[in-house]
Amino acid sequence: MSTIAGTRPLPENRISPVFRFAMLLPGGLVTFFLILFALGLVVFLAFRGNDGSLLGVGLTAENFVTVATDPLYWTVTLRSLVIAGLVTLATVVTAYPVAYYLAFHAGRRRNLLLFLVTLPFWTSYLLRVFAWKIVLAYNGVLNSAFIETGLWKEPTLAFLNTPAAVVVTLAHAYAPFAILPIYVALDTIPKSLLEAASDLGARPFTSFRRVVLPNSMPGVLAAALVVFVPTVGDYVTPAMVGGPASTMIGTLIQSQFGKANDWPFGAALSVCVMLVILCVVLVARGADRRFGSRT
Amino acid sequence: MSARADINSDGRWLGVYVLGYLVFLYLPVLLIPLFSFNNSIQAAFPLQGFTLEWYRTLYGNPALSDALANSLVIGVIAAFGATLCGITVSYMDLYGRSPLAATISAIARLPILIPGVIVGISLLILVNLIGLGPSRVSIVLSHILVALPTTVVVMRSRFAAIPKTIREAALDLGASDWTTFRRVMLPLSAPAVLSAFMLSFLISFDEFIVVFFLAGTEPTLPLYIWSQLRFPRSLPTVMALGTVILTVSFIIAGTAEILRHRGLGAARRNPA
Repeated sequence: MSTIAGTRPLPENRISPVFRFAMLLPGGLVTFFLILFALGLVVFLAFRGNDGSLLGVGLTAENFVTVATDPLYWTVTLRSLVIAGLVTLATVVTAYPVAYYLAFHAGRRRNLLLFLVTLPFWTSYLLRVFAWKIVLAYNGVLNSAFIETGLWKEPTLAFLNTPAAVVVTLAHAYAPFAILPIYVALDTIPKSLLEAASDLGARPFTSFRRVVLPNSMPGVLAAALVVFVPTVGDYVTPAMVGGPASTMIGTLIQSQFGKANDWPFGAALSVCVMLVILCVVLVARGADRRFGSRT
Repeated sequence: MSARADINSDGRWLGVYVLGYLVFLYLPVLLIPLFSFNNSIQAAFPLQGFTLEWYRTLYGNPALSDALANSLVIGVIAAFGATLCGITVSYMDLYGRSPLAATISAIARLPILIPGVIVGISLLILVNLIGLGPSRVSIVLSHILVALPTTVVVMRSRFAAIPKTIREAALDLGASDWTTFRRVMLPLSAPAVLSAFMLSFLISFDEFIVVFFLAGTEPTLPLYIWSQLRFPRSLPTVMALGTVILTVSFIIAGTAEILRHRGLGAARRNPA
């Protein structure tokens, strides 16, 4: 194990094989077996027919033909994309000023504020969604508060079981995801750039539009991605506050592995979702490169 | 001077906005504790008076205590696994200098780009294939996976903050890789290790989307809550339970964040 010090070319070169193997083993098992192999199984299953057995039968593209030809799946996919897109837009736009304040104005309160905006991230997702259910319910918080203050006479059903409820709930649940990437991007903009802009006569808004905003775009894109990915596949929020009119693609996948019991078809739907996400990631990558990524 | 005044007034308006944002962030969640003390079966205004009745219903409920015990055991084991993987993956990514180590580290952060429902079904297929089926072992495996990106990010930033010279000095003085790792690098990152452990415990403890597919006959706490949501009568009990969970989550997450930043601050103050 021990090697003679002094004659080494580089410390990295003398890592012992045993140490390397032991250190790579746990992570290697998890990443290759639980992530790559499991995802490979999904892709494999997507090309099989459903005969009730675990891995299906035959080799067929029928599942994808169904997805492509049945208008139901187009409707649901489109709805998932619109809902996830709106949620992403809402969270990023509302998070940007907060990140801006944290980066440029927070001063001594910065650490406390950073702590406060990240804390909800670590609380139960189920409970955050549940909170909105009691807010929006027919005999819930919002209705009763409006009646109590005399704004309305009768409780309304208009809040719960709508796609709008899904958007609001998801935007709230994933709000903490968006702030941190934008904050990091803003915080790493060299202060000399801002000074140069104002020295050269740029008004504050111009300097924001031409210097700060383009330089923070990598953070904005990263934020959009970490909000979009979990929301586009979500099935809990539509089930809790969305009602039948808000069925999302995650709901369909879940039911294929539950009540509908057609695993190969559910796998095909999952592959389609992953392809959509891949497209979004590639678009974000391209946009990132256009803005000159600093990460 | 006028530019400076502009910036200050900007800051004031932004400050008001941030305050409003925090209220939006916390208000819906804080309704759960508020109504858990409300003497009514419905979560609605006006409040009907203070009661601890709903907290009393939490005691002596065997289904609930079984779910809690399950969640605690699964959380601790999964946190141990995720932290171990996070430490080794990020250490080898930074110091292993091999393409394999870099690849593993990149894949370990991949679950961020996969929706939970797909992680859930892919593991459901896998555990059925290897004969585990939906079970506690399967849940532990899935939670190691779900918590892995977090532990890798936490440990990687911590290892990167330790001055390179410290590790090189240890190796120069004849310490083996293993000794350098165990006696030098690991103690220096102890606060981050603890932080990663606590955060991955929390992730496992609160996780619902993936565990939904993998639970056999023994539900975890979030699954128990989900099963109770069907019954309007158990709403107040769920809110009391939710309050307890939120309180514990806030304490654990707060401690983990403090540990993470305190550790880093100390490393920067005394770089050698």
